[in-house]
Amino acid sequence: MPDPQPAAPRRTPLTQVHEALGATMTDFAGWQMPLRYRSEIAEHNAVRTAAGLFDLSHMGELLVTGSDAAAALDYALVSEISATRPGRAKYTMITDSDGGVLDDLIVYRLADEEFLVVANAANAATVVAELTERAAGRAAVVEDKTEDFALIAIQGPRSAGILTTLTETDLPSLKYYASYQALVAGRNVLLARTGYTGEDGFEIFAAPDDAPALWAALTEAGNDAGLIPAGLAARDSLRLEAGMPLYGNELSRETTPFEAGLGRVVKLDKASDFVGKQALAARAKQGPARLLAGLVGQTRRVPRHGYAVLWEGKPSGTVTSGAHSPTLGKPIALAYLDGEAAAGAARPAQQATDSQLAIDIRGSAEPAELIKLPFYRRQDRT
Amino acid sequence: MSVPEELYYTAEHEWVAISDSTARVGITDYAQRALGDVVYVSPPAPGSRVTAGDPCGEVESTKSVSDLYCPADGEVTEVNPEVDEDPGLVNSDPYGAGWLFKVKLDSDDPVPPGLLSAAEYSALIQDEEQ
Repeated sequence: MPDPQPAAPRRTPLTQVHEALGATMTDFAGWQMPLRYRSEIAEHNAVRTAAGLFDLSHMGELLVTGSDAAAALDYALVSEISATRPGRAKYTMITDSDGGVLDDLIVYRLADEEFLVVANAANAATVVAELTERAAGRAAVVEDKTEDFALIAIQGPRSAGILTTLTETDLPSLKYYASYQALVAGRNVLLARTGYTGEDGFEIFAAPDDAPALWAALTEAGNDAGLIPAGLAARDSLRLEAGMPLYGNELSRETTPFEAGLGRVVKLDKASDFVGKQALAARAKQGPARLLAGLVGQTRRVPRHGYAVLWEGKPSGTVTSGAHSPTLGKPIALAYLDGEAAAGAARPAQQATDSQLAIDIRGSAEPAELIKLPFYRRQDRT
Repeated sequence: MSVPEELYYTAEHEWVAISDSTARVGITDYAQRALGDVVYVSPPAPGSRVTAGDPCGEVESTKSVSDLYCPADGEVTEVNPEVDEDPGLVNSDPYGAGWLFKVKLDSDDPVPPGLLSAAEYSALIQDEEQ
């Protein structure tokens, strides 16, 4: 029996399209989103071998503008945003003053004084509130522009080949984590070479009214190349194979970037002070409280969020994300390890005996082995 | 949504085909759609005794795990080796190649008590979709 919802979920400019395609819909962070269209394994495999089309319009988009915008973001976020050139993007995080992660973000520098901050749907309101507060007293304006953007992603090795038929923009010169204004299928968009799948791909920020036409144009252009629409279930298994964290699983207020193995996003030595600096500096010095590791199951049962990791039969960690990996054909998981398991994981590969590690899957200890992340890495990188 | 007329059903979305006091059991089209891609099936072991209404195994999909319930009292005689090799059969052919296990029924009743007809099951899933 489904729980009663307090309010109807929000619809993206493409919700109707997904419903017409017969997608299984789900309420995700208050948005009515496609979970899968037919088979999430087929959608996952399409992204790895051809291309997949995603509606990501539920993500939060904030515009930060003004002569102090860069400085405000240097203070509000852990990275050195001011060092990002116009036309480039940065993966970063916003933390609390104790270093706990409030969200992971991509910040696109559109111009010297104009930044697009993309937040997770579930955290958009928090990010708007925090950025607004942290920018107070500066010549910087923070605006929630979520309603003004639709976001479509095309991801997979054939993405560029498909997209190039719809735009004059020279795609080879659009490098990974770069973005610029472009015309796609005759519509003005911000085109970014970013993604959450571990494949080459593009994220297309457009006006909501243009979304259905863009989706249709991409669908048609990609038809012969094997492009299919892909839902949130495939999005999750793809990012997991690529070793990418999900807020709410690997990242939360109880973790700093360091536990997630993402200390590289924290620029402790940037000129400006920033929220969380003291706590993060202390954590950097101490080392992470727990260790995020990759596990591959040796039986076919799938580890799930919250399952215990066992070291020689005793609990020594917790699974944060688990899924069947279509690419590996095995179950995979990310887990925070502590105590004995963390020590075991830190030892050189030959010494960490696989027989010591298992995951408690609903009462049964299923053996697993540690592997170095990511589970999957694409062959070519442009 | 396929609900073959000649089969019997449970409220837990299993189907049952009965012949000669043996029940062949699987999950319905409704169930396989709800589950998504099945990646692993754990049926009851051959030789084990099963009781109507008790959980006797699991069907695991990419996103979730569902208990398998036994539709009637008896002894498990066979499990489907093809589904073990290729769990996707549960999605592609839930009433045919995707059958899960067979039970030799204790009772001689042509239809064990508590099972639903195709019409009753159709009505049940209509209600659940509301």
